[in-house]
Amino acid sequence: MSKRIKILKTYKIFIDGKFPRTESGRYTQLKKDNIPLANVCLSSKKDIKNAVLSARNAFESWSNKSAYNRSQVLYRIAEMLEGNKNQFLEELILQGVDSKKAILEIDQSIDRIIYFAGWADKINPIFGSVNPVASSHFNFTILEPMGVVAIVAPEDSSLLGLISSIIPVIVSGNTTVSIASEKLPLCAISLAEVISNSDVPNGVVNIVTGEKEELAPHLAQHMDVNALGLNLENKVLKDKMVFEATNNLKRVVDISQYNIQESEFEAPYIVKNFMEAKTTWHPIEKDFTSSNKY
Amino acid sequence: MKLHLKTKVDKLGIDDRVSRITKRSLKSEAKFQGLKMILSMIDLTTLEGMDTTKSVEQLCYKATHLHKELPDLPNVAAVCVYPNMVKTASNFLKDCEVKVASVATAFPSGNSSIEVKIQETNEAISNGADEIDMVISRGKFHSGEYNYVFDEIATIKESCGNHARLKVILETGELGDYDHIRLASEIAIKAGADFIKTSTGKIKSAATLPITLVMLEAIKDHYYTTGKMVGMKPAGGISNSKLALQYLLLVKETLGNLWLDKHWFRFGASSLANDVLMQILKQKTGFYQSNNYFSKD
Repeated sequence: MSKRIKILKTYKIFIDGKFPRTESGRYTQLKKDNIPLANVCLSSKKDIKNAVLSARNAFESWSNKSAYNRSQVLYRIAEMLEGNKNQFLEELILQGVDSKKAILEIDQSIDRIIYFAGWADKINPIFGSVNPVASSHFNFTILEPMGVVAIVAPEDSSLLGLISSIIPVIVSGNTTVSIASEKLPLCAISLAEVISNSDVPNGVVNIVTGEKEELAPHLAQHMDVNALGLNLENKVLKDKMVFEATNNLKRVVDISQYNIQESEFEAPYIVKNFMEAKTTWHPIEKDFTSSNKY
Repeated sequence: MKLHLKTKVDKLGIDDRVSRITKRSLKSEAKFQGLKMILSMIDLTTLEGMDTTKSVEQLCYKATHLHKELPDLPNVAAVCVYPNMVKTASNFLKDCEVKVASVATAFPSGNSSIEVKIQETNEAISNGADEIDMVISRGKFHSGEYNYVFDEIATIKESCGNHARLKVILETGELGDYDHIRLASEIAIKAGADFIKTSTGKIKSAATLPITLVMLEAIKDHYYTTGKMVGMKPAGGISNSKLALQYLLLVKETLGNLWLDKHWFRFGASSLANDVLMQILKQKTGFYQSNNYFSKD
Protein backbone atom coordinates (compact mmCIF):
# COMPACT_ATOMS: atom_id res chain seq x y z
CA MET A 1 0.00 0.00 0.00
CA SER A 2 1.31 3.43 -0.83
CA LYS A 3 2.15 5.85 1.94
CA ARG A 4 -0.79 7.94 3.06
CA ILE A 5 -0.57 11.67 2.38
CA LYS A 6 -1.22 13.71 5.50
CA ILE A 7 -4.09 16.18 5.32
CA LEU A 8 -2.81 19.54 6.47
CA LYS A 9 -5.15 21.99 8.10
CA THR A 10 -5.84 25.37 6.54
CA TYR A 11 -5.84 27.99 9.27
CA LYS A 12 -8.39 30.67 8.46
CA ILE A 13 -9.90 33.44 10.58
CA PHE A 14 -13.10 33.43 12.63
CA ILE A 15 -15.74 36.04 11.88
CA ASP A 16 -19.46 35.82 12.62
CA GLY A 17 -19.30 32.08 13.29
CA LYS A 18 -17.73 31.41 9.92
CA PHE A 19 -14.17 30.66 8.86
CA PRO A 20 -13.42 32.93 5.91
CA ARG A 21 -10.00 33.55 4.41
CA THR A 22 -8.75 37.06 4.93
CA GLU A 23 -10.40 39.52 2.55
CA SER A 24 -6.91 40.72 1.56
CA GLY A 25 -5.78 37.29 0.37
CA ARG A 26 -2.46 37.72 2.20
CA TYR A 27 -0.69 34.90 4.00
CA THR A 28 2.46 34.26 5.90
CA GLN A 29 4.13 30.91 6.31
CA LEU A 30 4.78 29.72 9.82
CA LYS A 31 7.99 27.69 10.02
CA LYS A 32 9.81 25.67 12.60
CA ASP A 33 13.41 24.64 11.89
CA ASN A 34 12.78 25.64 8.28
CA ILE A 35 9.93 23.15 7.95
CA PRO A 36 6.65 24.84 7.03
CA LEU A 37 4.00 24.37 9.71
CA ALA A 38 1.06 26.26 8.34
CA ASN A 39 -0.09 29.21 6.27
CA VAL A 40 -1.57 31.89 8.49
CA CYS A 41 -3.86 34.72 7.35
CA LEU A 42 -2.48 38.23 7.46
CA SER A 43 -5.82 39.90 8.11
CA SER A 44 -6.58 43.42 6.95
CA LYS A 45 -8.53 46.49 8.00
CA LYS A 46 -11.61 45.17 6.23
CA ASP A 47 -11.52 41.92 8.20
CA ILE A 48 -11.44 44.07 11.34
CA LYS A 49 -14.43 46.01 10.05
CA ASN A 50 -16.40 42.82 9.35
CA ALA A 51 -15.49 41.38 12.73
CA VAL A 52 -16.62 44.50 14.61
CA LEU A 53 -19.86 44.56 12.65
CA SER A 54 -20.52 40.94 13.54
CA ALA A 55 -19.72 41.57 17.22
CA ARG A 56 -22.07 44.57 17.24
CA ASN A 57 -24.89 42.57 15.72
CA ALA A 58 -24.39 39.77 18.24
CA PHE A 59 -24.33 42.07 21.25
CA GLU A 60 -28.02 42.64 21.80
CA SER A 61 -29.08 39.02 21.96
CA TRP A 62 -25.98 37.81 23.85
CA SER A 63 -26.26 40.50 26.52
CA ASN A 64 -30.00 39.86 26.85
CA LYS A 65 -29.58 36.18 27.56
CA SER A 66 -30.01 35.28 31.18
CA ALA A 67 -26.76 35.25 33.13
CA TYR A 68 -27.41 31.63 34.00
CA ASN A 69 -27.71 30.75 30.33
CA ARG A 70 -24.43 32.52 29.46
CA SER A 71 -22.84 30.53 32.22
CA GLN A 72 -24.06 27.28 30.67
CA VAL A 73 -22.81 28.31 27.24
CA LEU A 74 -19.33 29.01 28.60
CA TYR A 75 -19.33 25.74 30.49
CA ARG A 76 -20.00 24.05 27.19
CA ILE A 77 -16.82 25.57 25.71
CA ALA A 78 -14.86 23.93 28.50
CA GLU A 79 -16.54 20.59 27.78
CA MET A 80 -15.67 20.82 24.10
CA LEU A 81 -12.10 21.81 24.87
CA GLU A 82 -11.75 18.82 27.18
CA GLY A 83 -12.65 16.55 24.28
CA ASN A 84 -10.18 18.21 21.91
CA LYS A 85 -7.13 18.18 24.17
CA ASN A 86 -4.94 16.23 21.76
CA GLN A 87 -5.19 18.76 18.99
CA PHE A 88 -4.13 21.58 21.29
CA LEU A 89 -1.35 19.48 22.75
CA GLU A 90 0.04 18.85 19.28
CA GLU A 91 -0.15 22.52 18.36
CA LEU A 92 1.42 23.75 21.58
CA ILE A 93 4.30 21.34 21.10
CA LEU A 94 4.66 22.41 17.46
CA GLN A 95 4.88 25.97 18.67
CA GLY A 96 7.74 25.08 20.98
CA VAL A 97 6.14 24.36 24.38
CA ASP A 98 7.46 21.18 26.05
CA SER A 99 4.87 18.49 26.49
CA LYS A 100 4.55 18.67 30.28
CA LYS A 101 3.98 22.40 30.22
CA ALA A 102 1.58 22.02 27.33
CA ILE A 103 -0.58 19.55 29.26
CA LEU A 104 -0.58 21.92 32.21
CA GLU A 105 -1.52 24.89 30.03
CA ILE A 106 -4.48 23.04 28.53
CA ASP A 107 -5.77 21.90 31.92
CA GLN A 108 -5.35 25.40 33.27
CA SER A 109 -7.24 26.82 30.27
CA ILE A 110 -10.19 24.50 30.78
CA ASP A 111 -10.34 25.21 34.50
CA ARG A 112 -10.19 28.91 33.82
CA ILE A 113 -13.25 28.78 31.58
CA ILE A 114 -15.14 26.89 34.29
CA TYR A 115 -14.02 29.44 36.87
CA PHE A 116 -15.23 32.47 34.93
CA ALA A 117 -18.40 30.74 33.70
CA GLY A 118 -19.47 30.62 37.32
CA TRP A 119 -19.29 34.40 37.66
CA ALA A 120 -22.01 35.10 35.09
CA ASP A 121 -24.83 35.26 37.64
CA LYS A 122 -22.73 36.35 40.60
CA ILE A 123 -21.15 39.57 39.40
CA ASN A 124 -24.22 41.69 40.06
CA PRO A 125 -25.03 40.18 43.46
CA ILE A 126 -21.45 40.97 44.54
CA PHE A 127 -20.78 44.30 42.87
CA GLY A 128 -24.26 45.71 42.45
CA SER A 129 -25.61 47.70 45.36
CA VAL A 130 -28.57 49.41 46.92
CA ASN A 131 -27.37 52.87 47.84
CA PRO A 132 -28.43 54.96 50.82
CA VAL A 133 -29.71 58.32 49.56
CA ALA A 134 -31.26 61.23 51.42
CA SER A 135 -34.40 61.55 49.35
CA SER A 136 -37.49 59.51 48.62
CA HIS A 137 -35.83 57.31 46.06
CA PHE A 138 -34.95 53.69 45.87
CA ASN A 139 -31.42 54.02 44.53
CA PHE A 140 -29.54 51.06 43.12
CA THR A 141 -26.51 50.32 40.99
CA ILE A 142 -26.11 47.42 38.60
CA LEU A 143 -23.27 46.50 36.29
CA GLU A 144 -23.97 46.18 32.59
CA PRO A 145 -21.80 44.90 29.74
CA MET A 146 -20.09 47.64 27.73
CA GLY A 147 -20.69 46.39 24.20
CA VAL A 148 -18.01 45.43 21.70
CA VAL A 149 -14.63 44.82 23.33
CA ALA A 150 -11.47 44.58 21.22
CA ILE A 151 -8.78 42.31 22.60
CA VAL A 152 -5.11 42.10 21.76
CA ALA A 153 -4.04 38.67 23.02
CA PRO A 154 -0.68 38.05 24.66
CA GLU A 155 2.24 37.03 22.43
CA ASP A 156 3.76 34.21 24.43
CA SER A 157 0.75 32.38 25.83
CA SER A 158 -1.18 31.26 22.81
CA LEU A 159 -3.98 29.27 24.42
CA LEU A 160 -4.23 30.23 28.09
CA GLY A 161 -3.52 33.86 27.27
CA LEU A 162 -6.25 34.10 24.67
CA ILE A 163 -8.81 32.26 26.78
CA SER A 164 -8.00 34.39 29.81
CA SER A 165 -8.50 37.52 27.71
CA ILE A 166 -11.77 36.49 26.08
CA ILE A 167 -13.77 34.55 28.68
CA PRO A 168 -13.90 37.19 31.47
CA VAL A 169 -15.06 39.70 28.86
CA ILE A 170 -17.88 37.72 27.28
CA VAL A 171 -19.19 36.23 30.52
CA SER A 172 -20.95 39.50 31.36
CA GLY A 173 -22.55 39.86 27.92
CA ASN A 174 -19.91 41.73 25.94
CA THR A 175 -18.95 40.57 22.46
CA THR A 176 -15.37 40.51 21.26
CA VAL A 177 -12.93 40.90 18.41
CA SER A 178 -9.51 39.46 19.23
CA ILE A 179 -6.16 39.66 17.52
CA ALA A 180 -4.37 36.38 18.19
CA SER A 181 -0.72 35.99 19.09
CA GLU A 182 1.35 36.92 16.06
CA LYS A 183 4.12 34.38 16.59
CA LEU A 184 1.89 31.56 17.90
CA PRO A 185 -1.48 31.77 16.14
CA LEU A 186 -2.30 28.08 15.70
CA CYS A 187 -4.16 27.48 18.97
CA ALA A 188 -6.24 30.60 18.42
CA ILE A 189 -7.89 29.24 15.31
CA SER A 190 -8.35 25.80 16.83
CA LEU A 191 -9.97 27.49 19.81
CA ALA A 192 -12.25 29.27 17.35
CA GLU A 193 -13.28 25.85 16.03
CA VAL A 194 -14.07 24.68 19.54
CA ILE A 195 -16.11 27.82 20.18
CA SER A 196 -17.89 27.41 16.87
CA ASN A 197 -18.82 23.82 17.82
CA SER A 198 -20.10 24.80 21.24
CA ASP A 199 -23.24 26.87 21.86
CA VAL A 200 -21.70 30.33 21.61
CA PRO A 201 -23.86 32.42 19.24
CA ASN A 202 -22.20 33.66 16.05
CA GLY A 203 -20.36 36.94 16.45
CA VAL A 204 -19.84 36.80 20.22
CA VAL A 205 -16.25 35.75 19.67
CA ASN A 206 -14.35 36.83 16.56
CA ILE A 207 -10.66 36.04 16.11
CA VAL A 208 -8.30 37.37 13.47
CA THR A 209 -4.62 36.61 12.89
CA GLY A 210 -1.98 38.90 11.44
CA GLU A 211 0.36 41.70 12.33
CA LYS A 212 -0.62 43.47 15.52
CA GLU A 213 1.08 46.68 14.58
CA GLU A 214 -1.03 46.88 11.45
CA LEU A 215 -4.35 45.68 12.87
CA ALA A 216 -4.56 46.92 16.45
CA PRO A 217 -4.77 50.68 15.68
CA HIS A 218 -7.87 50.10 13.56
CA LEU A 219 -9.60 48.61 16.58
CA ALA A 220 -8.53 51.55 18.72
CA GLN A 221 -9.88 54.01 16.12
CA HIS A 222 -13.12 52.18 15.40
CA MET A 223 -16.03 54.28 16.69
CA ASP A 224 -18.16 51.19 17.29
CA VAL A 225 -15.71 49.55 19.71
CA ASN A 226 -16.48 50.34 23.34
CA ALA A 227 -13.45 49.04 25.20
CA LEU A 228 -9.98 47.68 24.64
CA GLY A 229 -8.37 44.81 26.52
CA LEU A 230 -4.66 45.02 25.84
CA ASN A 231 -1.78 42.63 26.30
CA LEU A 232 0.99 44.57 24.61
CA GLU A 233 4.69 44.62 25.30
CA ASN A 234 5.36 47.05 22.47
CA LYS A 235 5.27 50.36 24.38
CA VAL A 236 4.98 52.54 21.28
CA LEU A 237 2.00 50.59 19.97
CA LYS A 238 0.38 50.56 23.39
CA ASP A 239 0.68 54.34 23.73
CA LYS A 240 -0.74 54.77 20.25
CA MET A 241 -3.71 52.56 21.15
CA VAL A 242 -4.40 54.47 24.35
CA PHE A 243 -4.22 57.75 22.43
CA GLU A 244 -6.54 56.62 19.63
CA ALA A 245 -8.99 55.22 22.17
CA THR A 246 -9.81 58.76 23.29
CA ASN A 247 -11.74 59.36 20.05
CA ASN A 248 -14.94 57.86 21.39
CA LEU A 249 -13.79 57.54 25.01
CA LYS A 250 -13.14 53.82 24.91
CA ARG A 251 -12.22 52.24 28.18
CA VAL A 252 -8.72 50.77 28.09
CA VAL A 253 -7.93 47.81 30.32
CA ASP A 254 -4.34 46.68 30.51
CA ILE A 255 -4.75 42.92 30.92
CA SER A 256 -1.00 42.42 31.08
CA GLN A 257 -1.06 43.91 34.58
CA TYR A 258 -2.58 40.61 35.72
CA ASN A 259 -0.42 37.53 35.81
CA ILE A 260 -2.21 35.24 33.41
CA GLN A 261 -0.13 32.15 34.22
CA GLU A 262 -0.97 32.18 37.91
CA SER A 263 -4.15 31.18 39.67
CA GLU A 264 -4.34 34.65 41.21
CA PHE A 265 -5.68 35.75 37.82
CA GLU A 266 -8.88 34.02 38.77
CA ALA A 267 -10.73 36.88 40.42
CA PRO A 268 -13.93 38.71 39.51
CA TYR A 269 -12.28 42.13 39.20
CA ILE A 270 -11.21 41.48 35.63
CA VAL A 271 -14.85 40.80 34.76
CA LYS A 272 -15.92 44.01 36.48
CA ASN A 273 -13.33 45.95 34.50
CA PHE A 274 -15.28 45.34 31.32
CA MET A 275 -18.62 46.42 32.75
CA GLU A 276 -20.32 49.78 33.14
CA ALA A 277 -22.11 50.76 36.34
CA LYS A 278 -25.64 52.06 35.93
CA THR A 279 -27.33 53.79 38.82
CA THR A 280 -31.08 54.21 38.91
CA TRP A 281 -33.09 56.66 41.04
CA HIS A 282 -36.46 55.11 41.43
CA PRO A 283 -39.07 57.39 43.07
CA ILE A 284 -40.82 55.84 46.05
CA GLU A 285 -43.62 57.09 48.22
CA LYS A 286 -41.62 57.34 51.37
CA ASP A 287 -41.21 60.89 52.61
CA PHE A 288 -37.77 60.83 54.18
CA THR A 289 -38.29 64.21 55.90
CA SER A 290 -40.82 62.69 58.26
CA SER A 291 -38.56 59.91 59.40
CA ASN A 292 -35.14 59.79 60.89
CA LYS A 293 -34.09 57.08 58.48
CA TYR A 294 -32.90 57.87 54.99
CA MET B 1 -52.56 49.12 -28.74
CA LYS B 2 -51.68 45.46 -28.55
CA LEU B 3 -49.80 44.61 -25.41
CA HIS B 4 -48.21 41.21 -25.09
CA LEU B 5 -45.01 39.42 -24.19
CA LYS B 6 -42.77 40.20 -27.10
CA THR B 7 -39.36 41.22 -25.80
CA LYS B 8 -37.46 38.21 -24.57
CA VAL B 9 -34.94 39.12 -21.92
CA ASP B 10 -31.52 37.48 -22.11
CA LYS B 11 -31.41 36.20 -18.55
CA LEU B 12 -27.86 34.86 -18.71
CA GLY B 13 -26.67 38.12 -20.25
CA ILE B 14 -28.34 40.18 -17.53
CA ASP B 15 -26.96 38.05 -14.71
CA ASP B 16 -23.50 38.06 -16.22
CA ARG B 17 -23.50 41.83 -16.67
CA VAL B 18 -24.54 42.30 -13.04
CA SER B 19 -21.97 39.85 -11.72
CA ARG B 20 -19.27 41.86 -13.47
CA ILE B 21 -20.58 45.11 -11.99
CA THR B 22 -20.51 43.66 -8.47
CA LYS B 23 -16.89 42.64 -8.79
CA ARG B 24 -15.75 46.22 -9.27
CA SER B 25 -15.27 48.79 -6.60
CA LEU B 26 -15.03 52.55 -6.50
CA LYS B 27 -12.17 54.10 -4.56
CA SER B 28 -11.23 57.43 -2.97
CA GLU B 29 -12.46 60.54 -4.79
CA ALA B 30 -14.82 58.76 -7.18
CA LYS B 31 -16.32 56.91 -4.23
CA PHE B 32 -16.70 60.14 -2.28
CA GLN B 33 -18.53 61.83 -5.16
CA GLY B 34 -20.65 58.73 -5.64
CA LEU B 35 -21.66 58.71 -1.97
CA LYS B 36 -22.74 62.35 -2.12
CA MET B 37 -24.68 61.64 -5.27
CA ILE B 38 -26.46 58.74 -3.55
CA LEU B 39 -27.53 61.03 -0.73
CA SER B 40 -29.00 63.50 -3.19
CA MET B 41 -31.00 60.70 -4.84
CA ILE B 42 -32.59 59.17 -1.76
CA ASP B 43 -36.34 59.15 -1.26
CA LEU B 44 -36.30 58.95 2.52
CA THR B 45 -39.20 56.67 3.17
CA THR B 46 -41.55 55.88 6.02
CA LEU B 47 -44.52 53.70 5.14
CA GLU B 48 -45.63 52.16 8.38
CA GLY B 49 -49.05 51.71 9.87
CA MET B 50 -47.70 53.27 13.03
CA ASP B 51 -46.51 56.52 11.41
CA THR B 52 -47.53 59.57 13.39
CA THR B 53 -47.37 63.25 12.43
CA LYS B 54 -44.45 63.57 14.84
CA SER B 55 -42.52 60.68 13.33
CA VAL B 56 -43.08 62.10 9.85
CA GLU B 57 -41.90 65.54 11.00
CA GLN B 58 -38.85 63.85 12.47
CA LEU B 59 -38.18 62.23 9.10
CA CYS B 60 -38.58 65.57 7.33
CA TYR B 61 -36.12 67.12 9.76
CA LYS B 62 -33.69 64.35 8.99
CA ALA B 63 -34.19 64.93 5.26
CA THR B 64 -33.04 68.52 5.60
CA HIS B 65 -30.40 68.09 8.33
CA LEU B 66 -28.51 64.95 7.46
CA HIS B 67 -25.51 65.34 9.73
CA LYS B 68 -24.44 68.65 11.15
CA GLU B 69 -20.79 67.65 11.48
CA LEU B 70 -20.63 67.39 7.70
CA PRO B 71 -21.73 70.79 6.39
CA ASP B 72 -21.32 70.37 2.60
CA LEU B 73 -23.82 67.59 2.17
CA PRO B 74 -26.72 67.67 -0.29
CA ASN B 75 -30.24 67.14 1.00
CA VAL B 76 -32.06 63.98 0.07
CA ALA B 77 -34.31 64.19 -2.99
CA ALA B 78 -37.66 63.59 -1.33
CA VAL B 79 -39.51 62.12 1.57
CA CYS B 80 -41.98 59.38 0.75
CA VAL B 81 -45.06 58.99 2.95
CA TYR B 82 -48.63 57.71 3.01
CA PRO B 83 -51.31 60.10 1.63
CA ASN B 84 -52.63 61.07 5.07
CA MET B 85 -49.14 62.35 5.99
CA VAL B 86 -48.67 64.49 2.88
CA LYS B 87 -49.99 67.65 4.52
CA THR B 88 -47.65 67.25 7.48
CA ALA B 89 -44.66 66.68 5.23
CA SER B 90 -45.42 69.44 2.75
CA ASN B 91 -45.96 71.96 5.55
CA PHE B 92 -42.63 71.02 7.04
CA LEU B 93 -40.79 71.10 3.73
CA LYS B 94 -42.53 74.07 2.08
CA ASP B 95 -39.44 76.32 2.08
CA CYS B 96 -36.94 73.84 0.76
CA GLU B 97 -36.31 71.88 -2.36
CA VAL B 98 -36.91 68.45 -0.84
CA LYS B 99 -39.93 67.01 -2.62
CA VAL B 100 -42.87 65.27 -1.04
CA ALA B 101 -43.72 61.94 -2.57
CA SER B 102 -46.91 60.13 -1.67
CA VAL B 103 -47.80 56.54 -2.32
CA ALA B 104 -51.31 56.24 -3.68
CA THR B 105 -53.77 53.92 -5.46
CA ALA B 106 -54.43 51.61 -2.52
CA PHE B 107 -50.78 51.06 -1.76
CA PRO B 108 -49.36 48.42 -1.36
CA SER B 109 -51.84 45.93 -2.87
CA GLY B 110 -53.51 48.19 -5.39
CA ASN B 111 -56.72 46.26 -4.89
CA SER B 112 -59.32 48.97 -5.12
CA SER B 113 -61.59 50.54 -7.72
CA ILE B 114 -60.25 53.07 -10.17
CA GLU B 115 -62.54 55.74 -8.69
CA VAL B 116 -61.03 55.32 -5.27
CA LYS B 117 -57.54 55.43 -6.74
CA ILE B 118 -58.24 58.67 -8.63
CA GLN B 119 -59.74 60.20 -5.53
CA GLU B 120 -56.72 59.23 -3.42
CA THR B 121 -54.31 60.61 -6.00
CA ASN B 122 -56.16 63.92 -6.28
CA GLU B 123 -56.25 64.30 -2.54
CA ALA B 124 -52.52 63.68 -2.19
CA ILE B 125 -51.79 66.24 -4.90
CA SER B 126 -54.08 68.88 -3.47
CA ASN B 127 -52.42 68.37 -0.10
CA GLY B 128 -49.08 69.21 -1.66
CA ALA B 129 -47.55 66.02 -3.04
CA ASP B 130 -44.95 66.69 -5.74
CA GLU B 131 -44.69 63.07 -6.71
CA ILE B 132 -47.10 60.15 -6.74
CA ASP B 133 -45.90 56.57 -6.28
CA MET B 134 -48.68 54.36 -7.63
CA VAL B 135 -48.85 50.56 -7.68
CA ILE B 136 -50.02 48.57 -10.68
CA SER B 137 -52.78 45.97 -10.39
CA ARG B 138 -50.76 42.78 -10.32
CA GLY B 139 -53.84 40.60 -10.29
CA LYS B 140 -55.04 42.09 -13.57
CA PHE B 141 -51.54 41.81 -14.98
CA HIS B 142 -51.43 38.09 -14.21
CA SER B 143 -54.88 37.63 -15.73
CA GLY B 144 -53.48 38.99 -18.96
CA GLU B 145 -55.57 42.16 -18.77
CA TYR B 146 -52.67 44.29 -19.85
CA ASN B 147 -54.93 46.97 -21.31
CA TYR B 148 -56.59 47.42 -17.93
CA VAL B 149 -53.19 47.94 -16.33
CA PHE B 150 -52.25 50.38 -19.09
CA ASP B 151 -55.48 52.35 -18.81
CA GLU B 152 -55.22 52.57 -15.06
CA ILE B 153 -51.71 54.04 -15.23
CA ALA B 154 -52.80 56.45 -17.97
CA THR B 155 -55.79 57.56 -15.88
CA ILE B 156 -53.66 58.25 -12.83
CA LYS B 157 -51.15 60.04 -15.04
CA GLU B 158 -53.99 62.25 -16.23
CA SER B 159 -54.86 63.07 -12.60
CA CYS B 160 -51.25 63.98 -11.95
CA GLY B 161 -51.21 66.31 -14.95
CA ASN B 162 -48.55 68.95 -14.56
CA HIS B 163 -48.81 68.97 -10.78
CA ALA B 164 -46.98 65.81 -9.89
CA ARG B 165 -44.53 63.37 -11.42
CA LEU B 166 -45.77 59.82 -11.54
CA LYS B 167 -43.72 56.85 -10.35
CA VAL B 168 -45.17 53.48 -11.25
CA ILE B 169 -44.38 50.64 -8.84
CA LEU B 170 -44.30 47.31 -10.68
CA GLU B 171 -43.78 45.20 -7.52
CA THR B 172 -41.38 43.00 -9.45
CA GLY B 173 -41.32 40.36 -6.73
CA GLU B 174 -44.88 39.47 -7.70
CA LEU B 175 -44.46 39.57 -11.47
CA GLY B 176 -42.51 36.39 -12.12
CA ASP B 177 -39.66 36.18 -14.61
CA TYR B 178 -37.62 38.87 -16.36
CA ASP B 179 -39.83 38.75 -19.46
CA HIS B 180 -42.86 39.78 -17.45
CA ILE B 181 -40.92 42.50 -15.64
CA ARG B 182 -39.84 43.80 -19.02
CA LEU B 183 -43.45 43.76 -20.26
CA ALA B 184 -44.72 45.57 -17.17
CA SER B 185 -41.97 48.17 -17.62
CA GLU B 186 -43.00 48.73 -21.23
CA ILE B 187 -46.66 49.07 -20.27
CA ALA B 188 -45.87 51.61 -17.56
CA ILE B 189 -43.55 53.62 -19.78
CA LYS B 190 -46.01 53.70 -22.68
CA ALA B 191 -48.85 54.67 -20.36
CA GLY B 192 -46.94 57.77 -19.34
CA ALA B 193 -44.90 56.94 -16.24
CA ASP B 194 -42.28 59.54 -15.33
CA PHE B 195 -40.47 56.92 -13.27
CA ILE B 196 -40.67 53.17 -13.06
CA LYS B 197 -40.04 51.73 -9.63
CA THR B 198 -39.26 48.16 -8.60
CA SER B 199 -41.03 47.51 -5.34
CA THR B 200 -43.29 48.60 -2.55
CA GLY B 201 -40.88 47.40 0.11
CA LYS B 202 -43.79 45.53 1.65
CA ILE B 203 -42.94 42.06 0.42
CA LYS B 204 -39.80 40.05 0.98
CA SER B 205 -38.53 40.15 -2.56
CA ALA B 206 -37.50 43.74 -3.28
CA ALA B 207 -35.14 45.56 -5.64
CA THR B 208 -32.18 43.63 -7.01
CA LEU B 209 -29.49 44.62 -9.46
CA PRO B 210 -30.59 42.22 -12.25
CA ILE B 211 -34.22 43.35 -12.05
CA THR B 212 -33.12 46.97 -12.12
CA LEU B 213 -31.01 46.25 -15.17
CA VAL B 214 -33.99 44.68 -16.96
CA MET B 215 -36.00 47.84 -16.27
CA LEU B 216 -33.12 50.13 -17.27
CA GLU B 217 -32.90 48.29 -20.60
CA ALA B 218 -36.61 48.97 -21.18
CA ILE B 219 -35.98 52.66 -20.46
CA LYS B 220 -33.03 52.67 -22.83
CA ASP B 221 -34.99 51.11 -25.69
CA HIS B 222 -37.78 53.62 -25.16
CA TYR B 223 -35.24 56.45 -25.23
CA TYR B 224 -33.71 55.17 -28.47
CA THR B 225 -37.08 54.87 -30.23
CA THR B 226 -38.79 58.02 -28.95
CA GLY B 227 -36.05 60.22 -27.48
CA LYS B 228 -37.99 60.51 -24.23
CA MET B 229 -36.34 59.96 -20.87
CA VAL B 230 -37.97 57.94 -18.10
CA GLY B 231 -36.66 57.80 -14.54
CA MET B 232 -35.81 54.74 -12.49
CA LYS B 233 -36.30 54.05 -8.81
CA PRO B 234 -35.14 50.83 -7.18
CA ALA B 235 -36.68 50.49 -3.73
CA GLY B 236 -36.45 48.12 -0.81
CA GLY B 237 -33.47 46.21 0.45
CA ILE B 238 -30.85 48.79 -0.54
CA SER B 239 -29.39 49.48 2.86
CA ASN B 240 -25.66 49.86 2.36
CA SER B 241 -23.41 52.19 0.42
CA LYS B 242 -21.53 49.51 -1.44
CA LEU B 243 -24.71 48.17 -2.99
CA ALA B 244 -25.99 51.68 -3.77
CA LEU B 245 -22.72 52.49 -5.56
CA GLN B 246 -23.19 49.37 -7.67
CA TYR B 247 -26.63 50.68 -8.69
CA LEU B 248 -25.01 53.94 -9.77
CA LEU B 249 -22.48 52.02 -11.86
CA LEU B 250 -25.30 50.06 -13.45
CA VAL B 251 -27.19 53.24 -14.35
CA LYS B 252 -24.15 55.03 -15.68
CA GLU B 253 -23.15 52.13 -17.88
CA THR B 254 -26.64 51.36 -19.14
CA LEU B 255 -28.12 54.82 -19.61
CA GLY B 256 -25.18 57.19 -19.33
CA ASN B 257 -24.47 60.37 -17.37
CA LEU B 258 -27.80 62.02 -18.24
CA TRP B 259 -29.50 59.72 -15.74
CA LEU B 260 -27.04 60.39 -12.93
CA ASP B 261 -29.30 63.04 -11.50
CA LYS B 262 -32.02 63.01 -8.88
CA HIS B 263 -34.46 64.08 -11.57
CA TRP B 264 -34.01 60.70 -13.26
CA PHE B 265 -32.77 58.30 -10.65
CA ARG B 266 -33.86 57.68 -7.06
CA PHE B 267 -33.28 55.23 -4.27
CA GLY B 268 -36.30 54.27 -2.17
CA ALA B 269 -34.74 53.58 1.20
CA SER B 270 -34.94 54.30 4.89
CA SER B 271 -31.70 53.07 6.43
CA LEU B 272 -29.42 53.76 3.45
CA ALA B 273 -28.86 57.42 4.34
CA ASN B 274 -27.14 56.67 7.64
CA ASP B 275 -24.88 54.08 6.09
CA VAL B 276 -23.83 56.55 3.40
CA LEU B 277 -23.20 59.21 6.05
CA MET B 278 -21.04 56.76 7.98
CA GLN B 279 -19.07 55.97 4.84
CA ILE B 280 -18.56 59.65 4.06
CA LEU B 281 -17.29 60.31 7.56
CA LYS B 282 -15.06 57.24 7.27
CA GLN B 283 -13.60 58.67 4.04
CA LYS B 284 -12.92 61.96 5.80
CA THR B 285 -11.53 60.72 9.12
CA GLY B 286 -10.13 57.32 8.19
CA PHE B 287 -12.02 55.77 11.12
CA TYR B 288 -14.85 53.29 10.92
CA GLN B 289 -18.01 54.82 12.36
CA SER B 290 -20.75 53.78 14.76
CA ASN B 291 -24.49 54.07 14.27
CA ASN B 292 -24.72 55.54 17.77
CA TYR B 293 -23.52 58.92 16.57
CA PHE B 294 -26.12 59.37 13.81
CA SER B 295 -29.74 60.33 14.18
CA LYS B 296 -32.22 57.51 13.91
CA ASP B 297 -34.69 57.86 11.10
